Amino acid sequence: MTTTYILRGVRPLGGEPADVVLSGGQIAYVGAPGTAPRPATASPSGDPSVAGTAGPGSSSDTGTDVVEIDGGNRLVLLPGLVDLHTHLREPGREDAETVYSGTRAAAAGGFTAVHAMANTTPTQDTAGVVEQVWRLGRDAGWVDVRPVGAVTVGLGGERLAELGAMADSAAAVRVFSDDGKCVHDPVLMRRALEYVKAFDGVVAQHAQEPRLTEGAQMNEGVVSAEVGLAGWPAVAEESIIARDVLLAEHVGSRLHVCHLSTARSVEIVRWAKSRGVEVTAEVTPHHLLLTDERARSYDARFKVNPPLRTRADVEAVREGLADGTIDVVATDHAPHPVEDKDCEWAAAAFGMTGLETALSVVQATMVDTGRMSWADVARVLSQAPARIGRIDGGVQGHGRPLEVGEPANVTLVDPSRSRTVRGVEQVTASANTPLEGMELPGVVVATFLRGRATVLGGVPVGGELGRVGETEGVLL
Amino acid sequence: MRHLLSTADLAKDDAVLLLDTAAQMAATQAREMKKLPTLRGRTVVNLFYEDSTRTRISFETAAKRLSADVINFSAKGSSVSKGESLKDTALTLHAMGADAVVVRHQASGAPHMLAHAGWLDAAVLNAGDGMHQHPTQALLDAFTIRRHLVGGGSDAGTEGTDLAGLRVAIVGDVLHSRVARSNVHLLHTLGAHVTLVAPPTLLPVGVETWPCDVSYHLDETIEQASPDAVMMLRVQRERMSGGAGGAFFPSAQEYSRKFGLGSQRLARLPRHAIVMHPGPMNRGLEISADAADHPRSVIVEQVANGIAVRMASLYLLLAGSDDAPDERTSL
Amino acid sequence: MSPSTALPGDRPSENPRGTTVLEAPDIARALTRIAHEITERNKGAADVVLLGIPTRGVPLARRLAERLAAVEPTYDPGAVGELDVTMYRDDLRRHPTRAVGATRIPGGGVDGRTVVLVDDVLFSGRTIRAALDALNDVGRPRAVQLAALVDRGHRELPIRADFVGKNLPTSRSERVSVRLTETDGEDAVTIGENVAAAGQTPGEGGMR
Repeated sequence: MTTTYILRGVRPLGGEPADVVLSGGQIAYVGAPGTAPRPATASPSGDPSVAGTAGPGSSSDTGTDVVEIDGGNRLVLLPGLVDLHTHLREPGREDAETVYSGTRAAAAGGFTAVHAMANTTPTQDTAGVVEQVWRLGRDAGWVDVRPVGAVTVGLGGERLAELGAMADSAAAVRVFSDDGKCVHDPVLMRRALEYVKAFDGVVAQHAQEPRLTEGAQMNEGVVSAEVGLAGWPAVAEESIIARDVLLAEHVGSRLHVCHLSTARSVEIVRWAKSRGVEVTAEVTPHHLLLTDERARSYDARFKVNPPLRTRADVEAVREGLADGTIDVVATDHAPHPVEDKDCEWAAAAFGMTGLETALSVVQATMVDTGRMSWADVARVLSQAPARIGRIDGGVQGHGRPLEVGEPANVTLVDPSRSRTVRGVEQVTASANTPLEGMELPGVVVATFLRGRATVLGGVPVGGELGRVGETEGVLL
Repeated sequence: MRHLLSTADLAKDDAVLLLDTAAQMAATQAREMKKLPTLRGRTVVNLFYEDSTRTRISFETAAKRLSADVINFSAKGSSVSKGESLKDTALTLHAMGADAVVVRHQASGAPHMLAHAGWLDAAVLNAGDGMHQHPTQALLDAFTIRRHLVGGGSDAGTEGTDLAGLRVAIVGDVLHSRVARSNVHLLHTLGAHVTLVAPPTLLPVGVETWPCDVSYHLDETIEQASPDAVMMLRVQRERMSGGAGGAFFPSAQEYSRKFGLGSQRLARLPRHAIVMHPGPMNRGLEISADAADHPRSVIVEQVANGIAVRMASLYLLLAGSDDAPDERTSL
Repeated sequence: MSPSTALPGDRPSENPRGTTVLEAPDIARALTRIAHEITERNKGAADVVLLGIPTRGVPLARRLAERLAAVEPTYDPGAVGELDVTMYRDDLRRHPTRAVGATRIPGGGVDGRTVVLVDDVLFSGRTIRAALDALNDVGRPRAVQLAALVDRGHRELPIRADFVGKNLPTSRSERVSVRLTETDGEDAVTIGENVAAAGQTPGEGGMR
């Protein structure tokens, strides 16, 4: 038995209000406001009067399988968000996050699919480990988990991992990355770029020249000079990106650049695209919002790899995202336990959480500033990452159009509400958000994975049981 | 004044008060009876994560001359080296009732964390953190400069004065030097004109925003800036190797030829110029024995002044009430 | 300061500092008398060293030194200095941080000589206790005596003055204020209600 959801007065991609019905795992109806078919048509066993008599924004009576949500001509309907860059930490660091807690946080943030990075313990460098992560994700049931395979064994940068085996496994890996480490050996990088062509894979490069960043703690510049933290030059990122786009062009492969953070990185990608190189790039929410000035507090919640950059860099990545040079916003969600952040900056771990705040940051920095439409948001947070990860096809597909017959992977957002970020109140198992105490616009009201609600009323519901739980009846 | 973390936090009035108080402390240290009862019953913890016997002894002497109880807590032989976190150590010191924590740490910002993370409520004195700051070193340098170049060798008549118009050259490994960072801010605040002299590899990216001049040539600086004081920074020999964090200059000989202070360069300095070094010195690398032992070298006196400056810092941090509003704006 | 606390300027009918109890000529006469009493007590002034306690004890000590030099040829007019007691106070923790003042001991030192401590107002005696400790660290005088321009009573320690300009009965809540030309532009001693924050020791050592 599945629940039918009637979404009245919602704005697909931020456009004109419409009624949308999700039923049988698909988008069953899209039409003008007030035209949504009676529940009886969607659910033969239902009483036609139930949904009709229920007040706006309320659910039907307990025990029925029809739920109405009143969008008030205000809520924005987006294709379910897809994260190309998530650290779920399991196996190995279950004290920071598990597949269950991380995917639940993803659902709360409006995601229906995440790509789980390979730097687990053991490393996701074999078919066995990627299948384990994939199964954990499937059993958790919050989002589709697509494991990323390591490019090299143990992220060691010396020997290629069994990329083909991972691609052929049940996890059907298509994205390969040593994220956290750079594939800095140019020969290895070339081989990886070439090899994954056989199964339409992509190498996602963590661009960090290792020698230029030995011991580096933060962006090299005015602030690092003053606070005395070892500098991380922008050129350490840019030189690798420049090399890789030239390699990708030479061997005719596609390349994805992870968490691009500097103005010249944007320029290099723009140049490469103009030459027809098949390169895509992502930026994180934190690089869209924060600068290295934050390091003056020595608060290690602002320590991240790549480091927060300057105001000019933030402006450049916003511009690059708006003009399409940057294809994707990816969270680089990197949970860490308290003890790895509540310490000296140099001793602290790199990374920050992001799944539950990504959409809000994009709204604040790109939509509310008039640089992007909600359709653009759907592009950078859903369609493009789904396409790059090759999960945009078929009945299970993500990042699909909001049309009848498409899989009901959708997210409902209220852009008119705001909330104050509190790390300890988030769904993720770790509290290391750099946005603590910040008020951000945009609240994810509901998330649907193949027609099943994973979030309702802003709260994760159901989960591994595969059905909507008792919080279903909350007022929206 | 609640903490002493960085000279960048010191307004000019604060800095002058510290120097004036240090002058009074120095006067008491000329007496037969050097001990003062001022901080009786207060506990000062020396928390040293880096070996620095000189700095620790200086702080210890200062605290004891003011009758404070001193607890030395060094990384060696303590739980610190077994991986106890800075937070747990701070909570321990809090439980022990420390009134002030003097902290030396290899991580920039560690004193800032101790002061502001809410782990303990003691006053925090930064005794050197990573490549960031070493404020009492800069204060003792400024004190020494004021005594010699304003007071003509004595503190009498220097009360309330700054270093306006004086020219100071700081020579050497600025990139890795907390002493240089502390001095640039403090000397600038006190009105002195600072020139940093180093090979470009040993200057941080971003130095152009600092309130000082930058030169790549010591000879040129001596000719053109005619510094009243020359401060030589320690250069670590591993900086010239090609390994991690190395390859900053080709050889000790080349460094010494271009940036070392020997008798020839000393002779070209103004007659009144003083020679300074925070120690420990690499004789024969950044400074020759002639220059180090020259009558115009005040290097040994810097050590003595360190005690007076640290007494002044401890006094100003600990002697007043915690609750009563400070007479001046807090640091 | 509570809202009900009146500021001095709120009572225009009175001298904002209260009633004047000593005017300039009274102060001059008192100092001259004290100078004579010092020579009398010490059978001359050959070994006398005057040490003023900052802030206003210092100009008072200088004025006494001038008078001693005028009446007593054995007195060395250079035998006057100042003794800062800040670092010996027992109430440092009760106040905001005090600036440390200078201690200047005359060239001959104090060993074996008679030190006369000079202060403006003698009140609880705690400043003098601190001064005795400070003096102890400077040297070992043969004897220590105390001269105060005003003794207002309310002693908290077994201390008394050897030479007093004026005994002034007061209540604890009153504030005695000594003003001197050198520091304040005029010579006067006034008494008024203490409008400063409660809990501070008025008149003695405060406000520097």
